[in-house]
Amino acid sequence: MPADGGIGAATARREDVRFLTGVGNYTDDINLRGQAYVHFLRSDVAHGTLNSVDTSAADGMPGVLRIFTGADFAEVGGLPCGWQVTDRHGEVMQEPAHPVLAQGKVRHVGDPIAAIVAETREQARDAAEAIEVDIDDLPAVIDMKAALEDGAPKVHDDLTSNLCYDWGFVEENKGAVDEAFANAAHVTTLELVNQRLVANPMEPRVAVGDYNRGTDDSTLYTTSQNPHVIRLLMGAFVLGIPEHKLRVVAPDVGGGFGSKIFHYAEEAFCTFAAKALNRPVKWTSSRSEAFMTDAHGRDHVTKIELALDADNNFTALRTDTHANMGAYLSTFAPSVPTWLHGTLMAGNYKTPLIYVNVKAVFTNTVPVDAYRGAGRPEATFQLERVIDKAARELGVDPIALRRQNFVTEFPYATPVAVEYDTGDYVATMDKLEEIADLSGFDARLAESQAKGKLRGLGINCYIEACGIAPSNLVGQLGARAGLYESATVRVNATGGITVMTGSHSHGQGHETAFPQVVADMIGIDASMIEIEHGDTANTPMGMGTYGSRSLAVGGSAMVRATEKIINKAKKIAAHLMEAADADIELKDGQFSVAGTDKSVAWGDVTLAAYVPHNYPLEEIEPGLEETAFYDPANFTYPAGAYACEVEVDPDTGKVTIERFSAADDFGNIVNPMIVDGQVHGGIGQGIGQALLESCVYDESGQLLSGSYMDYAMPRADDVPFYVVDHSCQTPCTHNPLGVKGCGEAGAIGSPPAVVNAVVDALQRAGHGVTHIDMPLSPSRVWQAMQG
Amino acid sequence: MSQVSMTVNGKSASGEVEGRTLLVEFLRENLSLTGTHVGCDTSQCGACVVHVDGKAVKACTMFAAEAEGADVRTIEGMANDDGSLGTIQQAFQDHHGLQCGFCTPGMVMSAAALLSENPNPSEAEIRDYLEGNICRCTGYHNIIKAIMAAAGQDVSGIAAE
Repeated sequence: MPADGGIGAATARREDVRFLTGVGNYTDDINLRGQAYVHFLRSDVAHGTLNSVDTSAADGMPGVLRIFTGADFAEVGGLPCGWQVTDRHGEVMQEPAHPVLAQGKVRHVGDPIAAIVAETREQARDAAEAIEVDIDDLPAVIDMKAALEDGAPKVHDDLTSNLCYDWGFVEENKGAVDEAFANAAHVTTLELVNQRLVANPMEPRVAVGDYNRGTDDSTLYTTSQNPHVIRLLMGAFVLGIPEHKLRVVAPDVGGGFGSKIFHYAEEAFCTFAAKALNRPVKWTSSRSEAFMTDAHGRDHVTKIELALDADNNFTALRTDTHANMGAYLSTFAPSVPTWLHGTLMAGNYKTPLIYVNVKAVFTNTVPVDAYRGAGRPEATFQLERVIDKAARELGVDPIALRRQNFVTEFPYATPVAVEYDTGDYVATMDKLEEIADLSGFDARLAESQAKGKLRGLGINCYIEACGIAPSNLVGQLGARAGLYESATVRVNATGGITVMTGSHSHGQGHETAFPQVVADMIGIDASMIEIEHGDTANTPMGMGTYGSRSLAVGGSAMVRATEKIINKAKKIAAHLMEAADADIELKDGQFSVAGTDKSVAWGDVTLAAYVPHNYPLEEIEPGLEETAFYDPANFTYPAGAYACEVEVDPDTGKVTIERFSAADDFGNIVNPMIVDGQVHGGIGQGIGQALLESCVYDESGQLLSGSYMDYAMPRADDVPFYVVDHSCQTPCTHNPLGVKGCGEAGAIGSPPAVVNAVVDALQRAGHGVTHIDMPLSPSRVWQAMQG
Repeated sequence: MSQVSMTVNGKSASGEVEGRTLLVEFLRENLSLTGTHVGCDTSQCGACVVHVDGKAVKACTMFAAEAEGADVRTIEGMANDDGSLGTIQQAFQDHHGLQCGFCTPGMVMSAAALLSENPNPSEAEIRDYLEGNICRCTGYHNIIKAIMAAAGQDVSGIAAE
């Protein structure tokens, strides 16, 4: 491991100092002069006709500046959807309008009806109490299958039904897949639920709109993972503000996990209202509000079938999934159950024939969109669960069955349209067996049994597609955006560097890891490099951070820009040393002429660039600043193998995680400390899904799990120390860093390991349990044990 | 509105508050001490933990008026006098005990309270003590490790670095 702060060093994070001393700058810490506050009056029914909103009693209340309703937004665009899916019949998805404030109907608990802007937060809240809302309740549709029945109430009256799309993938393979099932020696079938989750970054969303009447400039401070995307979506599609008159700032952001990718109504409202009132307008979500307004995650109901031949080779896979869209299409919602899910159904295995059917459904619930992993956890969970079930039905070792079917030659083109560039699934499984001490399991089992506990071991593999994605490819698949990333490298006269990236850090440590890369390339100390991100005013157009893409795509853009810098700097150095450009070498921050003892330092060259007295002005411009946009050639394909050991209390059904081990292949690693932390966090969330978390609606559409009192977040005593390893490294072949991305792996790979382990524990104790739906709460496990 | 006065990080502080103003609102809005965070509205998350007269308190569970005359310490008061990180803060940085940083002030304040009550806690005691502090980023691994290290324990045997 290098100790010089370059690539591969476990450099401590520089951003920690401000977070540890209380001087971070989160959006809610921003208070502008003359700021007013908005409180949203939200629907408390899931579905209803909005007859009237009477604000007359509230208008004159103390501090009230103005009350807005849907009518104020009649001339304003709705919130746009960024991905259009085409269904198996060649039809484009049904795409309903999504107004900023409700117009005509309310469609989920939490749908905003009115927005009260007042001098203080408390005055706004008080005035909301005085607004009279007349709603005729309509029957709500909550269950997806019920929503598709003939005569079901429609969430959107102007759509033909609650079906958003019926997607088949790969449609042309369907016949061959069905035939393979007809000829199979064994078929394993599993029906399961991947439950609805709430992302719950610890920082609730906040938006502060500002407007300058003197310049006609609008500014939005917001808790976003991708400020440029918000600027584009809100400016172009909602408010009609051109990008050069709109600045979006996402300062320190307290976690995102996907939920802060999307453009939300509150952002558009605060920007709109700031101009309407000529005052800054601030909104701070409460946690209760977050539960009913942040886009939720997962919520798939799936039937998966695996066909095997007489030698236990996988011959075909067939899935049928209902995916909940909620009441409106959130920004990237349609892509999650389709292109981020269906394309991953091959997993780590050479199954030759795969068919995936996904019906996306509107219901009277909060919109569902990407949450850490986004489609890939859903794919991994069903695949790894059905393989485990097949192993048990066939009486074969689940690890051996997986190994037998591993993809072993790369590149590998799957039958679901993607091509894995590199991987070594045998190596990660070998590593897992070592770090998880699988050979010691029997002894640990005996110890648990001696205590009167059941013990089980669960294994699974995962693969994910990260670094989204080639723009031309995703354009063909329905994306309404490009998915490149950008970087500007600005070298200052005295040699220090500012890198302006379109990526955004909200916990990932860009400010530490990105300088390690540039430091390594130039051979200077990482402390000479600073990262700017999160402000559209001083960073190039970027697509932001999600899908484990920052280093693979944003880092690649930074590498390309730094290469341009080095090329130009070499020309300057050649001039200073009166040598040919081709003879200049750069090492440890020194430019030298090959084969001579002539050299000039990095600082000499950067100074010459800005004080160009002795400079090749006829050949190159002064200054040293370069920008690059990087559009990836392919996805990256991190993969790994995970093991979980649980104890189950036979009297109560309580599951405890005794050991959790993860062997990941992320390709090259820039900062192993940060990578470990990303995996830890992902595993924590995956254990949360497996054992604790569940977003629950009742039949009338009331959100029962609406706060931390009812939604079980994993806490420190719910999880163990994890054993993580990323020494298996097959570098990505198509990005300059050879990196694959590590942000989502833990959340993708861990839920099936936990469930496989619990089923193993129960089966070892003689229970005929083949599946339990998550979360594996004590009551569910206990009931399963009762048969 | 009424006047409230207290000592915050060793300095006297006062302001006008409503009866319903929470201590955390007073700290953040009246005193601009924005290091103390608000992550929920049900006193579950612990992002707002501060010390009141030496005890860890969720600053959202107390009215500002109730802190009249109290000695309050927040994350802004945890560094050494020369501005360098205190022992617990340094351990969090050394062991990557934070990612997005939002829960971190509460975690540090809870850890400080724990170590003053129990200078050498076990892993299980630390996990139990942090029951009221939620972190969504770290899976708790490096938080626990950092607190053990801050207590002077050898954490080199804990998996992964």
